[in-house]
Amino acid sequence: MSIKVLAIDDSRTIRHLLSVTLGDAGFNVETADDGVLGVEAFQDADADVVITDINMPNMDGFGVIESIRGGQVNNRVPILVLTTESGDDLKARARQAGATGWIVKPFDDVSLISALKRVTGAAA
Amino acid sequence: MSGNSIRDIFFQECEDLSDALTDGLNEMADGTGDSETVNAVFRAVHSIKGSGGAFGLEDLVGFAHKFETVLDAVRSHELQADDNLMPILLRSGDVLIDLIEAARMETEINQEAVDTTLAALAEFLPDEDQEPEEEFSFQPMVLAIPDVAVSGAEEDTQAGFRISFTPARAFYEVGNDPLHLIAALGDLGSLEVIADLSQIPDDIDNSDWENGYLSWDIKLETPATDETVKAVFGFVEDLCTVSVHPMGTNGEVLRTTTPEAAVAAIPENGAGEPPSPEAPSKQDSEGDKSSGPPEDPAKTAAKPAKGPVKSPPSAAAREAKATLRVDLERVDRLINAVGELIINQSVIAQRIEDAGLGKSDDIQVDLEDYKHLAREIQEGVMAIRAQPVKPLFQRMARIVREVTAATGKKVQFVTVGEGTEVDKTLVERLSDPLTHMIRNAIDHGIEESETRVRAGKDPEGVIQLSAEHRSGNVLIEIMDDGAGLNRDRIKAIAVEKGIVAEDADLSVTEIDQLLFAPGFSTAKEVTNLSGRGVGMDVVKTAITSLGGRIGISSSPGQGSTFSITLPLTLAVMDGMVVTVADQTMVIPIASVSETIRPRKEDIFMLGVEHPVLQIRGEYIPIVDLGTALGHPARDIPLENRVFLLVRTEKISQCAIAVDGISDQRQVVIKSLEGDYGKITGISAATILGDGKIALIVDPDGIASAVSAAPMSQLPAQPSSPLTEPAHV
Repeated sequence: MSIKVLAIDDSRTIRHLLSVTLGDAGFNVETADDGVLGVEAFQDADADVVITDINMPNMDGFGVIESIRGGQVNNRVPILVLTTESGDDLKARARQAGATGWIVKPFDDVSLISALKRVTGAAA
Repeated sequence: MSGNSIRDIFFQECEDLSDALTDGLNEMADGTGDSETVNAVFRAVHSIKGSGGAFGLEDLVGFAHKFETVLDAVRSHELQADDNLMPILLRSGDVLIDLIEAARMETEINQEAVDTTLAALAEFLPDEDQEPEEEFSFQPMVLAIPDVAVSGAEEDTQAGFRISFTPARAFYEVGNDPLHLIAALGDLGSLEVIADLSQIPDDIDNSDWENGYLSWDIKLETPATDETVKAVFGFVEDLCTVSVHPMGTNGEVLRTTTPEAAVAAIPENGAGEPPSPEAPSKQDSEGDKSSGPPEDPAKTAAKPAKGPVKSPPSAAAREAKATLRVDLERVDRLINAVGELIINQSVIAQRIEDAGLGKSDDIQVDLEDYKHLAREIQEGVMAIRAQPVKPLFQRMARIVREVTAATGKKVQFVTVGEGTEVDKTLVERLSDPLTHMIRNAIDHGIEESETRVRAGKDPEGVIQLSAEHRSGNVLIEIMDDGAGLNRDRIKAIAVEKGIVAEDADLSVTEIDQLLFAPGFSTAKEVTNLSGRGVGMDVVKTAITSLGGRIGISSSPGQGSTFSITLPLTLAVMDGMVVTVADQTMVIPIASVSETIRPRKEDIFMLGVEHPVLQIRGEYIPIVDLGTALGHPARDIPLENRVFLLVRTEKISQCAIAVDGISDQRQVVIKSLEGDYGKITGISAATILGDGKIALIVDPDGIASAVSAAPMSQLPAQPSSPLTEPAHV
């Protein structure tokens, strides 16, 4: 059974990149366009791992993490933060909110899949 | 998604982001924005930067980064978007859009513009951001492939690593599972994992699994480097105790384990059994959504929620119009097919007629339905190509900024009807003509502030660009409140350049039309703005080639208005099918205002060659379409012809004489220019129901045959030396 990834990003390009890269690698990818939609999708999606952007309209990535971690459903799901900032303070904030790890944009498929593997154990 | 490369998607997205950026910046500039506006602008730049990095667009990313930093400072109120900063933000938006365009077209960037804008931005950057090393804070990250063997001296003696790993409580809280990390290690080589269960309390059922009772001792045989192995723990180094030591070839286990220790070898694909039966794998916990770390579900449920849960806004609040992105090429294919469909429809109609079937025949009724459907499909397809003029207008806002900056004039730019939709090609091809006209309006139309004040006007000039639909056409107007056309001067220049005779008695409209004469330029000296070697004649040619017309109205001291009328679509039009000298031709219905069967007593001759028609007390020139197109003169008297009254730009009205009108129908426009170049009087061709080709007449071109005839002289005297009709 393939690993289900929920990718939340307001950028169509990034969503597409994730869908294609992860889809090719055998993951089952679902996407959402912003934080609010992402959290909604998460409640229905039974995702094995969540990848979320930080800067998004309606609800940012920190909000997404807090909502998932504070919710009743699957609240220990691994969450990877997708961000252009590689700054430590941002990682710290994401970690404080409950992020499992981070992926720095721009990402290559090897680092992306390796990061996913480390949090899901996926052989994909 | 096939056919759409990721790169295409990126640039499509960039277009949307550019729009959002421009919108937001304009709102910030005119003060209609709020705090969310700055956020939206920031996000747009941020997204461009983020996605741009994936394509290695370093110039773009570098610029976006600086821009974003300044916007971030505005967002956090460290900077004010005041009169000092706002122009730079606007310019940065322009530069960023240029950089995207350069990347898309793979053309050279204007490095000077980028550098000066970057320098201007830098003045607003907080000090720490100006340090050179900040340049590297955003670096496209290229990761080494982790499991590629690295040759090195240590390889001879080192077989791998001994890793001890003890996750802390927080490790589990953020969704980690030790199993996954161990599996990831397994990808690097072969593993021997020993779980240390010695810390697990006796009262196993009542203990919290996440208290960090478990630790692992791992023997990893791998050629990978120390760095690669440590990278596996990259996300969790603050959440666990981990040590990675080189291990000798003998791989000797240095630490003994407790009898409870479970040993599991993880196969290389990493999808093996869990290291201990106590750690439930995903398969084991199917149905339990809190998959992942080994934990007591009861305890998890009892844990207080971490932080407030933000309630999502109502669905209605962010309901967005669903859109579908389609390759333009596909739409154009569809439009071509619809064109063929319409031709096919007329072929069928013709066949039915040839077969002698009556109007009341069932098939005729069906044919009517078919026509309706075809028209509906055609309109639907055209609507797909329709785009709001907004991006075009926004580009003009930029031109206004550039030109006002260069001239030092003060101009307020107003747009009306941005949502008006026109064919995509029109939006694209109007850019150059409009740019030129806007430049002209500021450069020649709007006066210096002092002059304006002296004339009792507001020191700031106004240029209004508007678009609206009007009776099947699109009307675009450029209105300025400047000095208006200086007609004496226009005429003087035209005389000087030999465009008109010195004694020519020209009406106001005729003088205004001189602006469009080839080689005409009103600028005393060529300025570096509007005077770029192209005159209004180029503008007119561009508009005409789109099937449009351009007109001017101007009053001294009040300003000028240039009106461009364009067809809604370039692919199909309603035409009047006429016969001329046994040829079938089509005249655009949009330009025909009236059809007349003339009475003999209404036709007068002006000299020997210039017949005129008297209608409602006015005299208008008559053009024999056949003669104008080069057919030999025929002896059908004019009063036995049919006259089509057309409105043209050069002269207010003109009667085109044809032999007869046979039909009125939709025709598909097939361009001739690719094969035959530009033909005066003919705009394109079409295919009729009988398969024959018919030329589509350009009434303006036909009328130009008589345009030089000074109508103001009518009917006083015959032709002046300038009025030789040009026969094609």
